[in-house]
Amino acid sequence: MVPLNYFLILAAILFCLGVIGFVMKRNLITMFMSIELMLNSVNLTFVAFSRHINVLSGQIFVFFVMVIAAAEAAVGLAIIVAFYRNRESLNVDEVDRMKL
Amino acid sequence: MFNQFFQVSDIVAIYPQLLLALFGLGVLIVDLFLDRPWKVLNAFTALLGIGYATYALFQIRRFNVSAYNGAIVNDSFAVYFQFVFLIATALVIFISARYLSIEGEHRGDYYALILFSLIGMNFMVMGMDIITLYIALELMAVSEYILVGYLRTNRQSNEASLKFFLLGAFSSGILLYGISLLYGISGSTDLRVIGQKLAERPANDPVTLVALVTLAAGLLFKVAGVPFHQWLPDAYEGAPSPITAFISVAPKAAAFALTLRFLFIALKPLQVNWVPMLSVICVLTMTVGNITAISQSNIKRLLAYSSIAHAGYLMLGMIAGNDYGITGIAIYFLVYMFMNIGAWTLVVAMRRKDLIGDQIQDMSGMFQKNPAAAVLMLIFMLSLAGIPPTAGFIGKYYLFASVIQTKHYVLAVIAVLNAAISLYYYFRVVVVMFMNDKVDEEKMVLSPGVLTTLAVTLAFTLIIGIYPDPFIRFAQNSLSLFQ
Amino acid sequence: MPKNYIPILMFMALGCLFPLVTLALLRLIRPSDPHKAKLSPYECGVDPVYQPRERYTVRYYIVAILFVVFDVETVFLFPWAIRYDVLGLFGLMEMLVFLGILVVGFIWLWKQGALEWV
Repeated sequence: MVPLNYFLILAAILFCLGVIGFVMKRNLITMFMSIELMLNSVNLTFVAFSRHINVLSGQIFVFFVMVIAAAEAAVGLAIIVAFYRNRESLNVDEVDRMKL
Repeated sequence: MFNQFFQVSDIVAIYPQLLLALFGLGVLIVDLFLDRPWKVLNAFTALLGIGYATYALFQIRRFNVSAYNGAIVNDSFAVYFQFVFLIATALVIFISARYLSIEGEHRGDYYALILFSLIGMNFMVMGMDIITLYIALELMAVSEYILVGYLRTNRQSNEASLKFFLLGAFSSGILLYGISLLYGISGSTDLRVIGQKLAERPANDPVTLVALVTLAAGLLFKVAGVPFHQWLPDAYEGAPSPITAFISVAPKAAAFALTLRFLFIALKPLQVNWVPMLSVICVLTMTVGNITAISQSNIKRLLAYSSIAHAGYLMLGMIAGNDYGITGIAIYFLVYMFMNIGAWTLVVAMRRKDLIGDQIQDMSGMFQKNPAAAVLMLIFMLSLAGIPPTAGFIGKYYLFASVIQTKHYVLAVIAVLNAAISLYYYFRVVVVMFMNDKVDEEKMVLSPGVLTTLAVTLAFTLIIGIYPDPFIRFAQNSLSLFQ
Repeated sequence: MPKNYIPILMFMALGCLFPLVTLALLRLIRPSDPHKAKLSPYECGVDPVYQPRERYTVRYYIVAILFVVFDVETVFLFPWAIRYDVLGLFGLMEMLVFLGILVVGFIWLWKQGALEWV
């Protein structure tokens, strides 16, 4: 059996990639995909832990994370479509109507 | 049909939420058969639902039920915060109808979404299980993303919702990573078990610290502590004003209640680690919020930064972590709900067909045009600044006293200095209203809904300030957090 | 434990090498005779008249969004379907409530016209 640490390290790497992607990328869809990557790395962590300690609740949690990710994806894409209709661009640098 | 998975007490514990869900779905369906002039009926349906839910909650307030195998605990802490959310939501629904008609976006799904996010917040304070808490948090957050972007053709609203969504989803991801590590450490999804397991581990275990830091970052995003606050001013400015009034009070209270549950139940063994971290963030949050608020010319952004500063004051109660601190947080949210929704209601009332009314200059000469409204704004601003005899003073008194009790004198001094800074920008608004000449003749239109909210918020801002005892006893319900 | 991965690495290396070796070998053997008809995208048929990379209309996205939501929600049906005999009437009621909520959402978006292909 593959040891737990392998999964955790892989998940941590994926999570960091997601964070880096979110911070560095300028395209809304790519940023959005980075968030999904983060969520999936969390799913991997949950499943690995759940299998390691033989408690099913982690896998149940993954179901809920998946469903909520789908709901978030739907809302996020709808917001992005609405933004695109008014703006004709998906570059995050043009989200500048209000300055910080 | 009842078996080992399900007891009658489970239904009783979530009865108010079931009613809210029923009414939320009902609003969606009824809205399909309503013509445009009748859309205001949706507001009444939603209010009816909130009324029923409040009544149901009142019935079960002393039951202290633990339902669904301990995943949901309706203790007096949860009941207290649920009352706050219900009142805040009702006040916001009162001020929504006219604003939405002016924007031409008066539809029933608005009220349904507000009710859904209310359900999410209620479960956030009742949950004892990380799965429940996460679902509740996301139910609240996803409804808010849509509500912030509710004005579909308005670019600012689009942008606000986009920023809010991206950073909100990002922070949920970080929070979830921390939760997954906690699950791995403890092998359980119950906050109390997590707390016990953490206590058995060595103090400076690296995995525990990573879990603590990611969890704290996620939670601080939700309560908008500096340096995780950038989304807040934009989201507050672009959102429809009634929604800003809503998200600046209820979801913030829910996020604080959630943070309290995490910090004082699951992460209690790590208190030595998170108190210094939180102290730094508390000072930053107060100072950055107040100093940035000084230079704002837009009233919505000014109130947004002021709400960041208020989150900083509230963190004092968490740092103290004693009875005074928790009572302080509870009473502060009750007070903050009334004074902040009051101030936002006046911003909402400024909106008319030809005026967005979110610049401070737009308020010029309000004393000449609407003396009553100007005096109300003065009272709310005094209360936000924490001047006695308004309610804001009671809240600040409890929070500041709590850190003095635990001998964090430096924090207390910084907090008092910050309160002094905040006087400056709150009074700038008042000065514009009272001293400047009016720019136009058109008076503010106060719809019946707006008047109701103003009356309620004004009454409680003054009553809590003058005779706080019953409200403090009410807020002390939240002390069940420690049991 | 890492040595268990050696077969996987060997398989990956073989997989990468196979097309490269084949292409290199064929280049040596095959005759080279490019002419116009051969280089066109379709040897028999109409030449393409515009760029194929068109933007999809927003309607596809709406359908995709709706599909994702309703598709993923069914994930909750699987655990119930596997243990429905243990969950009994309670499980059935629970699922009916869940599906009922989905149906309300479905009716709403249908009435809103989200499924119309205008």
